[in-house]
Amino acid sequence: MGRILKYVFYDLLKTRFLLFYTLFLFVSTFAMFQLDSDPNKVILSLMSIVLMVMPLISIVFATIHFYNSYEFIELMLAQPIDRKVVFLSEYLGVALSLSSAFLLGTGIPILFYGVSDSAVMLLVVGTLLTIVFVSLAFLSSVLTRDKAKAIGIALLFWFYFSLIYDGLLLWVIYTFSDYPLEKVTLALVSLNPVDLGRIMMLLTLDVSALMGYTGAFYRAFFGSYAGLVFSVGILLLWIFVPTYFSIRIFSRKDL
Amino acid sequence: MKKILLLLLLTAVVFSYAGATVIEVGSNKMIKNIREAINKAKPYDTIVVYGGIYKEKQIKIEKPLTLIGRNNPILDGEHQYEILNIQANNVRITGFTFQNTGISSMEDLAAIKVSNVKNVIIEDNKVINAFFGIYFAHCKKSVVRNNVLTATAKEEHQIGNGIHMWQSDSMHIAGNHISGHRDGIYFEFVTNSLIENNRSDYNLRYGLHFMFSHDDTYKNNYFGKNGAGVAVMYTKGVKMLNNFFEENWGDASYGLLLKDIRDSEVLGNQFIKNSIAIYMEGSSRILFKQNVFKENGYGIRLQASCDENDFVRNNFQLNTFDIATNGNLVLNRINGNFWDRYEGYDLNKDGVGDVPYRPVSLYAMVVERVPAAVLLWRSFLVFLIDRAEKALPVVTPENLKDESPSMRPYDFTK
Repeated sequence: MGRILKYVFYDLLKTRFLLFYTLFLFVSTFAMFQLDSDPNKVILSLMSIVLMVMPLISIVFATIHFYNSYEFIELMLAQPIDRKVVFLSEYLGVALSLSSAFLLGTGIPILFYGVSDSAVMLLVVGTLLTIVFVSLAFLSSVLTRDKAKAIGIALLFWFYFSLIYDGLLLWVIYTFSDYPLEKVTLALVSLNPVDLGRIMMLLTLDVSALMGYTGAFYRAFFGSYAGLVFSVGILLLWIFVPTYFSIRIFSRKDL
Repeated sequence: MKKILLLLLLTAVVFSYAGATVIEVGSNKMIKNIREAINKAKPYDTIVVYGGIYKEKQIKIEKPLTLIGRNNPILDGEHQYEILNIQANNVRITGFTFQNTGISSMEDLAAIKVSNVKNVIIEDNKVINAFFGIYFAHCKKSVVRNNVLTATAKEEHQIGNGIHMWQSDSMHIAGNHISGHRDGIYFEFVTNSLIENNRSDYNLRYGLHFMFSHDDTYKNNYFGKNGAGVAVMYTKGVKMLNNFFEENWGDASYGLLLKDIRDSEVLGNQFIKNSIAIYMEGSSRILFKQNVFKENGYGIRLQASCDENDFVRNNFQLNTFDIATNGNLVLNRINGNFWDRYEGYDLNKDGVGDVPYRPVSLYAMVVERVPAAVLLWRSFLVFLIDRAEKALPVVTPENLKDESPSMRPYDFTK
């Protein structure tokens, strides 16, 4: 497995995309710190990158990468190697390189300009979200044989979690506004990794947004130690469940 | 003739002072307790009380006297009594520590209670763990200055107000520090009074509670971390100048609650990190000028029952919502403020934005109606619908806008 992982890494480095991605994050983070004197505001701007741009890049890149290395995968599978091992090395290769690109690109400027609670939370949420969307990308890749279709599914995933789901959530909240919705919305938020990441971030840097009874309820829940464990746990589930299903589909698939 | 009159007056004053004697109270003095000294004293005498603990229940003062504490004398109520009861004009109390009054739900037991008099001065005292701290009823022209009041109650029903004023006139409250009481400063039916340079924090309910108190001024006070901020209600002609409202966090907590206020001024105040900086309902003809609203949940929650208020030259920075309202009819004027979210341009470089700014966002309206929607704050969806609404207002009140927003934050320190 280690050997295949190494080849995947080399392959990824050859495309140079990762290098550009790291550089892009690095330069934009640095620029934001340079332009704005308030580090909390910078984290706020970085948050929109982490919640919007990064999932998009992760999911599209991972899907394209999977199809580009299709021949390599086929070649490997011609050898007496378990399908699971091949798949996992591909997966780990992409997930690890994308998340380390993020950690280096944003982490170094943050280290340079001062680490705060919210900055650490940003790095944690960013890394977890990257891996979640790589998992979703691999799931969409094994669902179909057609590259264009797979990218379509991947984009749909991104669109769904970034926009459509929130729209539905808002609709639910609005329609059932006469009922106590706190616990229901808590459950509903867990069904969207982007929302979960956003709330984890909001609690560390933008508490004034969470006012009122509802806000106090969320703050009491997510702000506690148990709440943190809960949200990280749910995000890990969002990593493991799609990966599990894609491994299952991949091992039974007629390539 | 005038000179002779003046001379006569002066001699009269000197003689009257010469007539006033000083009575000393202390463990090693002739007189051991304060009550005895008061009984012996003639009007306008001075009583000097030396250090030590005095446990005398309810000391009554019924003639004009000056009581001075030396070396921190402590008057203890043993958790049972009211400590000092003043029922005479021209009394001055200074330099004492009052502690442990009784707690009662029937009577308002206080460390110092003053009623039906005028010209009383309470100065440089400490009040520790009192039920009510300094209590005035039906008084005139009195001064409460540089006192420190602290209490450590956990529940609102276990504690009274720090400085409590009822049905009084021309009072002056300055430089006091009140913390841990129910309401820091409580005003009801108190007119023509001045509250300045006080600090009221960590009180269980309001930092300042203010009702039916016309034509008062409060300035340069600090109100922070109180359970519910500051409430000003049912009053006309209040001036609120250069006060500091900070970190009043919570569901029902306001930096400043204005309810049924008329013809008043809110000038030069700073509202920082409150859940709601100003909540106002049923208020009219108030001028809000040169205030700073920074890092609040809501800058102003303007209920539709308010009219003819003016908001000019204020700074709105880093608030979650600048202004929220619950109706479409706009009867207030908003003009020439600085908004950090303003994205307009200034072609003629006169420092005034060329396109109006709409401080109410659609999402603020949604949250006003359905508080649970706060969960979606800073999501992409909310960003999109706010943008769409800004371009083409449908839900937000069309006329609630700042026609001449400032391009730059005002510098009020100058």
